[in-house]
Amino acid sequence: MTAAPAQTYRLGEFHEFSGGGRRFLYLPAGAIFEMDSGVAAVIGKLSQGAATQEELIAGLADGAELLGELCAARIVVTQDAVREPLETPPADFPLQSLVMNLTNQCNLSCQYCYEFGEDKVATPEGKPKFMDIDTAKASVDFLLAQSPGRRSVHITFFGGETLMNFPLLKQVVNYATEQAAAQGRAIDFSLTTNATLLTPAIIEFLSENRIGVTVSMDGPPDLHDQLRVFANGQGSYATIAPRVRALIAGHRTRPITARVTLTNGVTDVVRIFRHLKNDLGFHEVGFAPVTTSPDRLYAIGERGMDGVLEKFHVLAEEYLEYALRGEMHGFSNVSDTIAELYQGVNKSHPCGAGLGLLGVGPSGDIAPCHRFVDSDIHSLGNIKTGGVDREKQADFLNRGHINSKYDCHTCWARPLCAGGCHHEAFVRYGDTGHPNLHYCDWIRDWTDTCLRIYGTVSALNPDFLQYFAERKAL
Amino acid sequence: MKHLRPVNKKAQRIDDLVTAAGEDVVALQNQNPAQRPHIPMGCTLAFSPGWEVDSAGGTAGLCQPVERDIYDCYVTCFWPAQVPDHLNNYPDWASKCASATKDWRHLDLVFP
Repeated sequence: MTAAPAQTYRLGEFHEFSGGGRRFLYLPAGAIFEMDSGVAAVIGKLSQGAATQEELIAGLADGAELLGELCAARIVVTQDAVREPLETPPADFPLQSLVMNLTNQCNLSCQYCYEFGEDKVATPEGKPKFMDIDTAKASVDFLLAQSPGRRSVHITFFGGETLMNFPLLKQVVNYATEQAAAQGRAIDFSLTTNATLLTPAIIEFLSENRIGVTVSMDGPPDLHDQLRVFANGQGSYATIAPRVRALIAGHRTRPITARVTLTNGVTDVVRIFRHLKNDLGFHEVGFAPVTTSPDRLYAIGERGMDGVLEKFHVLAEEYLEYALRGEMHGFSNVSDTIAELYQGVNKSHPCGAGLGLLGVGPSGDIAPCHRFVDSDIHSLGNIKTGGVDREKQADFLNRGHINSKYDCHTCWARPLCAGGCHHEAFVRYGDTGHPNLHYCDWIRDWTDTCLRIYGTVSALNPDFLQYFAERKAL
Repeated sequence: MKHLRPVNKKAQRIDDLVTAAGEDVVALQNQNPAQRPHIPMGCTLAFSPGWEVDSAGGTAGLCQPVERDIYDCYVTCFWPAQVPDHLNNYPDWASKCASATKDWRHLDLVFP
């Protein structure tokens, strides 16, 4: 008779980090655990190579229980364990948000714009330039019909320049509020604008209706005016600064956010943040590098991105100091990540595009998100003629699923990143389902930074994390 | 869990699952009656011979009394037979029937 060979164990997948004098593990399921010395000892042993149960728990108090816990959390796995693919969201996933591009026209000519610039995917020729009220009402009805079971849904107004079609925006807010109330549901609104067309009347309307506002703005005049220009090449800072101040002073019902696009030469994150937060008074400021093919003049090269990351770290340090005092700092790139870490998300797709979120263009064409609006090859159907083409939607979602992004399967940051923006992937690689390999190191560094902040806060001021207890989507 | 402290919601869910699974095993191993009833579910956990007739064709010689059968539907191996269900709705249905052969008359009708 032969004895069965003893089962051996190896390390599962995790990312180890520390903060506030404690050690933590971040797992592919999205879970964050603080570990004790026993866990560290087992991980230390297994880092040398596989081991049997006896070898692992020798000399450890309650070693069997410890090993049981580690196996249950898949921090330690048996030698023959295989990676389990993530589940696919159900085909009838209810809609949560609709982005309505009220117009594809804009009064600025920002050179890097993904809608008009050299890398644009939109093909607006021959399509309406402004959405009409019938299309808008059909879109609202569509959102309410496609979101069964949601107590509250969301509409984001977008453009072009959103406020170039403000009369329609007003009508939509009134119509959607009525329709949602008739069903006993809540609906809320937000919009993105370049702020050039804000007036006191508009600001009053936005405040009265609790409409969240994000202003696209790139910092102080010398940076902002480099690329955010009118058609004649003149910078837009002088036009928008007084309007932004009036907006922040007059709109008291929702936080006002600035959204900065980083380009070659516009990378001084700390100076931009100080100006927007302290001089102008924005509540939150978020940054994202421009989406572009790498050979454009305004593209940030690899070295430029390293510089950006250094400055991100300066603000992240500051964020942590604020958080330990229980105060909000306003650097969105940290707070957005912390919010996801608090929930422990484990994404099958990088974002809700094509899933809980869809974009609608002025013509009624449905797109996976606002960035694909008016692009014929990415269209998922039309609001007025039968809604979403489920086959096209399934194709988009299958491409974008983490299971089909093999490069991501060994990356510890995949629960949050899931391969990155579909639109960025299309611009860079010509396929919405291609992982965004050009910013992997960046994402991992930034996720690790936010994890260390999370760990430190959970050790030293855990109450602060309660700010993130409210789930965005219900 | 003792060695891993959950610090976000997903970790807490894993912890809850592991703790619940652990309690299940403990309940089965516990020699003393647990504080709350723990009913092993499924036929493989219950040994219950004799639903038929004895060698003489009657029920007097079965290795356990025929009246005991009532509990095979009510407690040990719940089967949707025409007896009240013990798990959810009628936990006290047999509380006056300590010995099935003697007390079966105390089993009353229920009116759902």
